[in-house]
Amino acid sequence: MKNTGTLKVVTQGDREIVMTRVFDAPRDLVFDALTKPELLKRWFGPHGWTLTECEVDLRVGGAWRFFSHGPGGRTMGMRGVYREIARPERIQYTESFDEFAQHGSALITTTLVEHNGKTTLTCVSLAPSLEVRDAVIQSGMEHGAAETYDRLAGVLEALRVRA
Amino acid sequence: MNRSDRLDATFAALADPTRRAILARLALGETSVSELARPFAMSQPAISKHLKVLERAGLISSAQDAQRRPRRIEAKPLAEASGWLDGYREFWEASYERLDALLDELKTHRKNRAKSRR
Repeated sequence: MKNTGTLKVVTQGDREIVMTRVFDAPRDLVFDALTKPELLKRWFGPHGWTLTECEVDLRVGGAWRFFSHGPGGRTMGMRGVYREIARPERIQYTESFDEFAQHGSALITTTLVEHNGKTTLTCVSLAPSLEVRDAVIQSGMEHGAAETYDRLAGVLEALRVRA
Repeated sequence: MNRSDRLDATFAALADPTRRAILARLALGETSVSELARPFAMSQPAISKHLKVLERAGLISSAQDAQRRPRRIEAKPLAEASGWLDGYREFWEASYERLDALLDELKTHRKNRAKSRR
């Protein structure tokens, strides 16, 4: 049974986004991939983007900074501060995008649960405002708003918010 | 309302299970307020409060029929909210697919190291 690879994204309340994804690897490896610059550079970023600069000071109060290059010469800088580090199960940090820094930081809490050699990653993102997320996503990728009103059942399914 | 305000209003309105159930019912077709209230252990005024939140968020509207004023679902803001989530999902899906490949590689490294130590 292949139960890895499916990314679930749901909203929780009006400011939180909860992402869940299963990886076919023990959690200490997933934790390393989330926190070591040489590994982060190999996977982090939406399609067409490359993480070119990555600094991580992995201790409580330590800063992190990412800088990415995307299609058409676009760039994206992100930074934040680690609030909690419990290797290999939990990490919490603030996150802000350079371009929208005036809107404040999101608080990201990532937990890793291992079962039979597979790791379930849950990432809760408490956004300062949806506007920031919206702007970031719009600038980060060519994503036309889905203007398909005829898939109402699918839309309601996608929006099935956690109680 | 601009797009961000609309998204905020949509997600706030959707944060309540009763309102989600009302939307699921309305997805099947126009429904009067009394019909909407029936499956819930709630008074009609309580239901009306929820309907007001949904209406303010632009997720439902009242039909012109003045007698019954049945409510109907408005698909556009819902599609917009779902499109927003799609964008978020795409952002991470591409990253996580690359992470899968990297983790496979790290696992292989670890196995080989363990073997060579033996």
